[in-house]
Parts: sequence; structure tokens; C-alpha cells
Amino acid sequence: MDKWREWPKIRYESELDPDFADQIASIPGGEKLFTCIQCGTCSGMCPLSPDMDYTPRQIIAMIRAGFRQEVLSSHTTWLCASCYACTVECPKEIKITEIMYAAKRLAIREKVHPKRFPPSVLARAFFSSVEKNGRSTESRVLIDLFLKTNPLGMIRQAGLGMKLWLKGRLGPGKESIKRTDELHRMLAVLEKEHMIKPKVKTAQHGEAK
Amino acid sequence: MAYLYYPGCSLKSTGRAYEESMRAVFAKVGIPLEELEDWNCCGATSYMSVSELKAFALSARNFALAEKQGGRDKTTDLIVPCAACYLGLSKAHKYLDEFPDIRSKVDEALAAAGLKYSNNLKIRHPLDVLVNDVKKDRLAGLVTQPLKGLKVACYYGCQIVRPYAEFDDQDSPQSMEKIFRILGAEIIDWPIKTRCCGGSLSGTVPEVGLRLSYLLLLEATRRGADCIATACPLCQFNLECYQPKMSSLYNEKIDIPVLYFTQLAGIAMGLGEKELGLQRLFVPMRYTPAPAASSGGQHVTK
Repeated sequence: MDKWREWPKIRYESELDPDFADQIASIPGGEKLFTCIQCGTCSGMCPLSPDMDYTPRQIIAMIRAGFRQEVLSSHTTWLCASCYACTVECPKEIKITEIMYAAKRLAIREKVHPKRFPPSVLARAFFSSVEKNGRSTESRVLIDLFLKTNPLGMIRQAGLGMKLWLKGRLGPGKESIKRTDELHRMLAVLEKEHMIKPKVKTAQHGEAK
Repeated sequence: MAYLYYPGCSLKSTGRAYEESMRAVFAKVGIPLEELEDWNCCGATSYMSVSELKAFALSARNFALAEKQGGRDKTTDLIVPCAACYLGLSKAHKYLDEFPDIRSKVDEALAAAGLKYSNNLKIRHPLDVLVNDVKKDRLAGLVTQPLKGLKVACYYGCQIVRPYAEFDDQDSPQSMEKIFRILGAEIIDWPIKTRCCGGSLSGTVPEVGLRLSYLLLLEATRRGADCIATACPLCQFNLECYQPKMSSLYNEKIDIPVLYFTQLAGIAMGLGEKELGLQRLFVPMRYTPAPAASSGGQHVTK
């Protein structure tokens, strides 16, 4: 989409993060990232690449080159609908969809994701609903999403919500598991655990302005 | 064989008709579905975007509960109809098996809740079960109203067949086609059947997401489909509920029924409208099959 597209920024090597690729590649099976031949099959397969700020092929190249800031704050990762078309076709068996997920998680952890972009807002609203209740309540997650991104849009969607309610397909009731304490004990164990390894070197980017 | 049923959040809400029709059809073929007690979210797409390790823990709780309920002495088959849940649970199943680091952390979390998972579980999609566990003759024998003359576009979407499913092909799956041929329907050739519908982008970034659903609907209509059969609650929602919005956005009238494959199967088996949740459709199904004895179906087209 034109509104989030801009010319690529020119970066000096000193501004790049040499540690970034290793960090992303630390996900299970992630080391194949380094075998990318830039063939572009991923971008060709992706039904969303025409709408992305950087195509999947570009994202892979940028991760390897250390464009940390651009990748983590891109819209691309959030426009990935995780249909896995790229992953199953990649001739080098790179888990591209999982790399998109890794970039999303790292961006949220470092709070550099596009803040008001609805897919990232939805992810966090969904996450907190499940953390608390063990299940997501579709109606409440959607209301939360609209309030945070587009309160006026909610009025335009009211008709659809009403129709769903009349058909018995959407209710205001909160969904929850019975033994939430059991779930909370489980999640507490993993609170400080991350699958992506933390940065070892100091960030280079943003310093040499 | 013991089958447990994992609904996931959507089948209790926007996708209720999927649950209703699946239960009715599975009861008819002799597979009563027992719901997994106190199941929790699978940790799919949106959750995985925030924390993957916790997503695996969520899946693992379901696995542990399923093994307990299904009986520890045998393998439990967990039937998962929602595509996102099917992917989320299949992914966790595979990762817990292949990556000891993840497994030990998740086991630790399970232990904190007094739970245990011992790899004695299979994740199955209802399509897989209907095609591979139910005999063809048994299915054919249940048809009281063959779907004669009905042209069906079989839509799989992405996450059922990619990247973990082993029961069908990733580009050109055939499970639904096999079922509908037995039920007497005509299958239209529609090669984009595993292309993404846009997922949650239809709600979050409509100008991007809706275009994907629109292209699918447009192509199915052009190829002469009378209806589209789906196997995922989000695909069904996107393809059906946004049709008026797409019609005005792209200036082309889109009007085609989108049903769950279980609803269509139920029609062929003579099950009632309410049993199949057909009254919940936004675009009503315009097809009245004739009884098996007569020469053909009465088929109303636009």
C-alpha cells in the first residue's frame, strides 16, 4: 500500500546491526536463513507481496545485511497472513513464515512494531484475552481492536455485528476456561523465556547519524 | 477407535454452523464426537505473533488433557476442524517432538499445573477422518438426496494443507473432491483452491485482505460454481460475510453461497436445516435436492 511505502533508506555499514541475522536465525531450524539464494520464489508465491513495504525476498536480504530497524518496524511482517505458500516452495527450505513470526515477536519485545497498525494491535488484544481467560472472545477482541485503531470504523461495522448476532454467530458473553489458575501457573513458568536469543553485541544502528 | 473433538474459539462463535453440521454428519457416519473437556486456545496465528513458547504451552495443555480424557493406554485422535487450530496444534505437536529445548521448557510449565504429555496423540482434520477412516461404501450408503447437478468449488485455503498436513497434497488437495463425488455433486476445476483468503487482514486491513477473498469468489463464479465448500471458519466468514462490501468496493455483484463441507454433506444425507446450521448463512443455499429415486435435482440458479 502506498501509504506505508517509501524509498529504501541508504545505510552505512556502521549503522547496520551485524548481530541481527544470528538473532533471527536462532529460532528452531532458523539457520537455513544463511542459505538464501535470493531467487524470489517467496515473493512470487506470496499473495500479499504487492501490498508489502518490502517483499519477502527483500526482508530476507535485509535481515542478513543487518537492517534491524527497517525490518522490525516494517508492515511486511504484519501483512504476512501465514499461508505458508513461500515456506513450502522455498528451494532452500527456509522457514520464511517462521522468520516473519520471529521478526514480529522481536519487534513487540523491543516495542518497535508499527504501533497503530491494526494487525499488530489485534495480535496483542488477542494475546491478552487468551492469557487471562484461556480462550478468545471474538466480539470483545474486535471491540478492543476498533477502539484502539479506528473508533469510527466500529460504527460502520455495527451492521455486520448485528447481523451476526441475529444469526446466533456472535454474542457478548465472555469465553473462558474453567481452570484458569492451572493455565496461569503454566504461563508464569515461561514468562521470562524467549526462543529468540537476546542480543549479544551492542546495537550499531542509529548511533552514527 | 477413540475420537476427541477440539472446537477452538471460532466454532463456538462465528463458526457455530461448522460445529453443528460436523457433529450431525459425524453422528450419521457412526463417529460420535466427544468434546475435549476444558480445552483452551490453541495459541494460533495472533498469539504466536507475541510469544511462541507460550503458544506451544497452550497447545501442550490441550494435548495433556486429551491424553487424560482419551485414556493413557491408547493413542487418542484429536479432531480439529478449524484450520488455524489445526496448524497451531500440528506445529506444537511437531516442535515438541523435534526440539528437546522447547520440550523441556514446556514440560516444566505442564508440571507446574500437574499435567503431563506423553506423545500418545494424533492431530486429525475432519476431512482426513471422513476420507481415510470412513469406508467409501458407508458414506455412499448414507446419501438419501444426491447433490445431482450441483456445481461445487472446493476451497481448502492455506493452513489445513500447508505446511504440516500429511493427508493431502499441498497444492492440489483432493479430499473434499472425493467426498463430494461420492455425494453426487459436480466438481468445478478451480486451481486457486489453496490460495489465501486474506485471513484476519479482511478485518484489520480491508483494502488488502478483501481483495484476496474477492479474487477467489470472482474466479469461482466465472467458472460456473453454484456454491463454495470450505473447511475453515475464517475462510467461510471472509468469503461469505463480506460479499456486500466486496460488491460495492469492486463494483461487481458477488452473490454465491459459501458453506462448510459438512453442511453440504449433511444436505446429501437428508439432515435438517437446523441440524446443519443452514439458517445461520448470510447467503442462503439455493438448492433443493430431489429424492434419490427421481431423475435429477431441482436446481435453482440466479
